[in-house]
Amino acid sequence: MSVNVAVFIPVLVIAAALFIWSCFRRFRLVLLGKPANRFRNIGKRVKSMIYFAFGQRCTVNHGYKFGLNHLVLFWCFMILLIANTEFLLHGLSPNVISFSRLTHGVYYPLAYIFDVLSVLALASVIIAIIRRLVFPPYYIQARSRDAFTILGLIAVLMLAFFSLHGTEIAQGKEIAAKYMPISNAFSHIFSGASAGTLGAYANAFWWLHAVVLLSFLNYLPYSKHMHILTSIPNVFFRSTTKVNTQLPEEFKKGNTFGVGQVNQFSWKDLFDSYSCTECGRCSNMCPATYTGKLLNPRLVIHDIKVNLLKNGPLIAQSKATNMPLIGGGQEGSIADEVLWACTTCGACMEVCPVFIEHVPKIVDMRRNLVEMKAKFPTELLPFFENIEQRSNPWGIVPSDRIKWAADLNVKPFEAGKTEYLFYVGCFGAFDARSRKVTLSIAQILNTAGISWGILGKDELCCGDSLRRLGNEFVFDRMARDNVKIFKDRGVKKVITECPHCYNTLKNDYHQYGIELDVIHHTELLNNLIKSGKLSLNGSKDLGNVVFHDSCYLGRYNNIYEAPRQAVTSVTHRVPTEMERNLEKSFCCGAGGGRMWMEESTGKRIDVERVEQALAKNPSTICVCCPYCLTMFEDGLKDKKADEKVQVLDLAEIVAGALKK
Amino acid sequence: MLVVTFVKQVPDTTQVKVDPVTGTLVREGVPFIMNPFDVHALEESLRLKDKYGFRVIVLSMGPPNTEVTLRKALALGADEAILLSDRVFGGADTLATSAVLAEATKKLAQKEEIAIVMCGKQTIDGDTAQVGPGIATRLGYPQLTLVDLIVNVDLQAKKVKVRRRLEGRYEIVESPLPSLISILRRANRPRYPVVPRRLMAQDAPVELWNNKVMGLKEDTIGLKGSATQVRKIFSPERTKGEILGDGANKPEETAKLLIDKLLAKNIICLK
Ligand SMILES: Cc1cc2nc3c(=O)[nH]c(=O)nc-3n(C[C@H](O)[C@H](O)[C@@H](O)COP(=O)(O)OP(=O)(O)OC[C@H]3O[C@@H](n4cnc5c(N)ncnc54)[C@H](O)[C@@H]3O)c2cc1C
Ligand code: SF4
Ligand code: SF4
Repeated sequence: MSVNVAVFIPVLVIAAALFIWSCFRRFRLVLLGKPANRFRNIGKRVKSMIYFAFGQRCTVNHGYKFGLNHLVLFWCFMILLIANTEFLLHGLSPNVISFSRLTHGVYYPLAYIFDVLSVLALASVIIAIIRRLVFPPYYIQARSRDAFTILGLIAVLMLAFFSLHGTEIAQGKEIAAKYMPISNAFSHIFSGASAGTLGAYANAFWWLHAVVLLSFLNYLPYSKHMHILTSIPNVFFRSTTKVNTQLPEEFKKGNTFGVGQVNQFSWKDLFDSYSCTECGRCSNMCPATYTGKLLNPRLVIHDIKVNLLKNGPLIAQSKATNMPLIGGGQEGSIADEVLWACTTCGACMEVCPVFIEHVPKIVDMRRNLVEMKAKFPTELLPFFENIEQRSNPWGIVPSDRIKWAADLNVKPFEAGKTEYLFYVGCFGAFDARSRKVTLSIAQILNTAGISWGILGKDELCCGDSLRRLGNEFVFDRMARDNVKIFKDRGVKKVITECPHCYNTLKNDYHQYGIELDVIHHTELLNNLIKSGKLSLNGSKDLGNVVFHDSCYLGRYNNIYEAPRQAVTSVTHRVPTEMERNLEKSFCCGAGGGRMWMEESTGKRIDVERVEQALAKNPSTICVCCPYCLTMFEDGLKDKKADEKVQVLDLAEIVAGALKK
Repeated sequence: MLVVTFVKQVPDTTQVKVDPVTGTLVREGVPFIMNPFDVHALEESLRLKDKYGFRVIVLSMGPPNTEVTLRKALALGADEAILLSDRVFGGADTLATSAVLAEATKKLAQKEEIAIVMCGKQTIDGDTAQVGPGIATRLGYPQLTLVDLIVNVDLQAKKVKVRRRLEGRYEIVESPLPSLISILRRANRPRYPVVPRRLMAQDAPVELWNNKVMGLKEDTIGLKGSATQVRKIFSPERTKGEILGDGANKPEETAKLLIDKLLAKNIICLK
């Protein structure tokens, strides 16, 4: 068929100009964000882009069956992009540009591939539509107009493709007809028509295809399907380190702190908001969403985008904005309560297929509330003051830090004389229940002949909760004080009892110029067992041991195997897994400073997690974190199951099995 | 108009230990804090500032390191800080302390009209609750002690209305400005300092008023101007009661011991 080039050229130019203008208007807003260096490690970035974006690793992972559907659509889309580019160029210059001018050896396979992929694409679009209509998952906005518009456009595009090629085959113009099974089938619909009618059909289908294609393109920047443009670069720009290691702030007069207005995010944060596919996986994983809190991580990202689109143009012109980023009440504004509900468990980031970083954004907004407005749940006031004044959450006299060791002959850490510093942490030192864990660790270390010492009353709180709660100013001072002590005392190797101390010392403090060799007790115990330094008789019967992964060990630091192996060494049975385990583990509810806040909305997270554990009929629940220990014991009491089920830290399990 | 707020820096008494041999307080290494009552007094002043636009000046008499506490007050929102520090002010009892504080208030009154003088009800180290009344008496201001609510300030009529919390009753009192108010801890929930103010407070000027500035007669201030002198500080022998078990390390066992004890004495019963 012959396209009317004189008509098509202006259509294409206008469509292209509109598209570029829309993209420009949107992406210009991203540049309002603060700088962030996401260009280092290009090689690693390209590799992860290929693996995760083109390989669709995260889309398919984590048991999301419909991810497979997306994988098919994604690849059809990528390859059909070639066909569609040819289609548009062919429209510009019908006699010069056409795949049909290639040698048959190339053209026939191409024609075949395009034909088959188009039907695959059509099929997956239909599956997607059925899924959204018939079994909509609760964690996405399944029946949104946006989704159906896009799916509809793709379906029509595919049908136009087959109809166009069908008529061309009927016209006898398509030399590759034999290799285009679907278009061939379509051609039978038109077989009886006259040459004139066929010409008119071909013309109509060509224009339908062109208009739908160009509409699709122009609709993209205004829909959630903007991710088609942004998600691949977003994977390229992903954090190459553990994203949860929040960037420090510079405490200089005149600076503002945290994010209270959308342009105070980094450009990458803003780009994230454009890349959200609204797949809802983050919300599906989020313990806060699950237990009925106001927080829904997908909506946090969505609100940032809405706020940027609304306020960005005003900010760009230095005009006053009228919708606050934090405050809530409307789409595009995030309620304070949403921000305080986060446990920083990281489950959302773990599953996000496009590597959106939710936690740093939430913490950045918390920083603004704490540091600029002193607005936070009232329970946090004594917590903040106690930590600042006494360097522990309860405001207990610092000299009591050493009380747990009253009956032991514990040596102070001395560089050169002692190998490890045992950094006990606030829970391990002050909390009556956790002190038993501390004593177990001490016993194990002594049995294994490890050379270790403590800082005693000079030990300070690591500041984990402060940092996650957004009180960066006080965290900054505590980090400096801690790093100074470590440096002054020549500390190199540290054993921690608490995964939060572990993570802070290991991942946060290097921002303050210290690289410590930190080991969590679970890893150390497992190493000691494996190297034969501990002889276990495993006599104590623990019954069915259910294992719970702490967020800050597992997701944050990839420690999954060590505690499981250690339990197995003691009980000679692998521990029982919960449904939500490993990187999908469900938080105990205490992280991110939630330990120090009331939980009054919805179901309590610890109760939910305890129910998940009870579903596995445990006699013992094994944890590796003082927060988890507290939360599980509380949850069990709530379920009146504390008589039947015991919660033990791994150290207690191992200490209980030591040969006497 | 001014709200003059007096804050005292005190040792964190929960961390003060008594030397078992000499029976005296061991103050070495004990951190200093703003007297907890004064944190509430300052908060009340800052609320008046927010509501009526008063300027808040904080003053403290003490050794040079008291500056830390004054900076904390600046971080919380005070507009100016003055440190009253001189060797000759040292060793003051309530009489001599209130003498210096009253004179300082007079000096401020020369430059700007004072609406309210704000104090804590008492300190956690001296515990006398006499300094506030002392200042008021010397200045001839009405004194509104034991206040847990400032109802309002009428700037036109130059009056303040407060609620005093007394044993078993409240008392609503109205008084002309300027008045002295001493605040109870229940009056408010203190704010938390925002970071920009903390940074500002780090190197904001803290004015030093020594006796060269104050020009007070040495026999009215410090040790010499004090009617009382501390002879000895000791913790009294315990004549009754006992410490049961080890509550910190063995809470369950200790609770059991306590319950047994109470049962044996018929203070509680099982039913
Ligand atoms: C252990 C001990 C025992 C003492 N025994 C006596 C005694 O028997 N008799 C005696 O007269 N003195 C005594 N003193 C000294 C006296 O109590 C204080 O040093 C005196 O300066 C203030 O009294 P106060 O701390 O009781 O304050 P209070 O009268 O309890 O304080 C009321 C308010 O006055 C203000 N204020 C008090 N002191 C200052 C200050 N330095 N700077 C600014 N504002 C201030 C604060 O707002 C405070 O909340 C003793 C001191 C100590 C440490
Ligand atoms: S970190 Fe955890 S609690 Fe916070 S939004 Fe993500 S999944 Fe929810
Ligand atoms: S943030 Fe990520 S996981 Fe959540 S809806 Fe968007 S794309 Fe999906």
